[in-house]
Amino acid sequence: MSQRISLEARRAEGHPVRWTALLLALTLAAASTLTHAADARPTERDPVAAARAVKLSEKLRCLVCQNQSIADSNAELAQDLRRQIHEQIAAGKTDDEIVAYMVARYGDFVLYEPPFKATTALLWAGPALLVLGGFVGLARILSARRAAVAPALSPDDRRRAEQLLAGGERHKP
Amino acid sequence: MRLKLLAPLAVFIVICGFLLVGLWRDPREVPSPLIGKPAPPFALAQLHEPAKTLSPADLKGQVWLLNVWASWCVSCREEHPLLIALGKANIVPIIGLDYKDETIAGKRWLSENGDPYTASVVDRDGKVGIDWGVYGVPETFVIDKAGTIRYKQIGPLTAEALEKKIVPLIRELQKS
Repeated sequence: MSQRISLEARRAEGHPVRWTALLLALTLAAASTLTHAADARPTERDPVAAARAVKLSEKLRCLVCQNQSIADSNAELAQDLRRQIHEQIAAGKTDDEIVAYMVARYGDFVLYEPPFKATTALLWAGPALLVLGGFVGLARILSARRAAVAPALSPDDRRRAEQLLAGGERHKP
Repeated sequence: MRLKLLAPLAVFIVICGFLLVGLWRDPREVPSPLIGKPAPPFALAQLHEPAKTLSPADLKGQVWLLNVWASWCVSCREEHPLLIALGKANIVPIIGLDYKDETIAGKRWLSENGDPYTASVVDRDGKVGIDWGVYGVPETFVIDKAGTIRYKQIGPLTAEALEKKIVPLIRELQKS
């Protein structure tokens, strides 16, 4: 309650609360760009290299917080690995070489997109196989149903049916 | 016809089986691609004698453990009594890798909690840790006589892991 009063009192003085908020927001924004700059030290003068580093670190998983990429995570390991990427780009390594470096140390798990090999074949082919299996099953059910709906009439049956249809009118009231 | 009706149930049970097994697996335990590979080289200053360096090549010809720890690591305290006991049993040299730590803090931590290590090295910036695929502390590696990594314990050592896996493995590797 006392806080509300003081806020209203402040507002009367010409919205200093809003100014404080704006100042706070600006400070935070400045701080975040500062940390980014510190992160990107080895490549900060080269926007192309910096973009490459960001792209690479988005492809790699942080092993500490496993559902974040190295680019997203602020874990110490992610920071160290980002620094590694920057240093290796500065040293002239290709993207493939840097990815291979990470995989050699942390395994395929660091890749958000697992490579296609014997152990991951089911993972990659699974969804397609499921859809295919679904279509095959659907086709079978539909053809079975069509066979059930239109049973073939033998000539005898047809004759009997015609007789019944022709004679049926007599019974009509 | 009866069997056909049971097929979806069978599929369901199989899926349940997979999920059930998955419940007991720790997603944080990422298998290391370094098992069966040569121990990554390093030459790091020793914690107690910074003028001297130590590298895996110095330990060739013997089975040894590399225990990654840090003074800031909470679960390292949990496994420390086991390491002390293992050090006292004197069956294997234990090298401590003080990961991303200050030398002073590391030394103080060892003098407070006991020092089970044959030698300790300091990985100030964590680069050696990255080479060894370390993604958390503690981690413990078993390296054989030829310098090949044979086993990696992710997370704190447990009495069970030591008794059932690590010590038998060390003994077996020492025989060969």
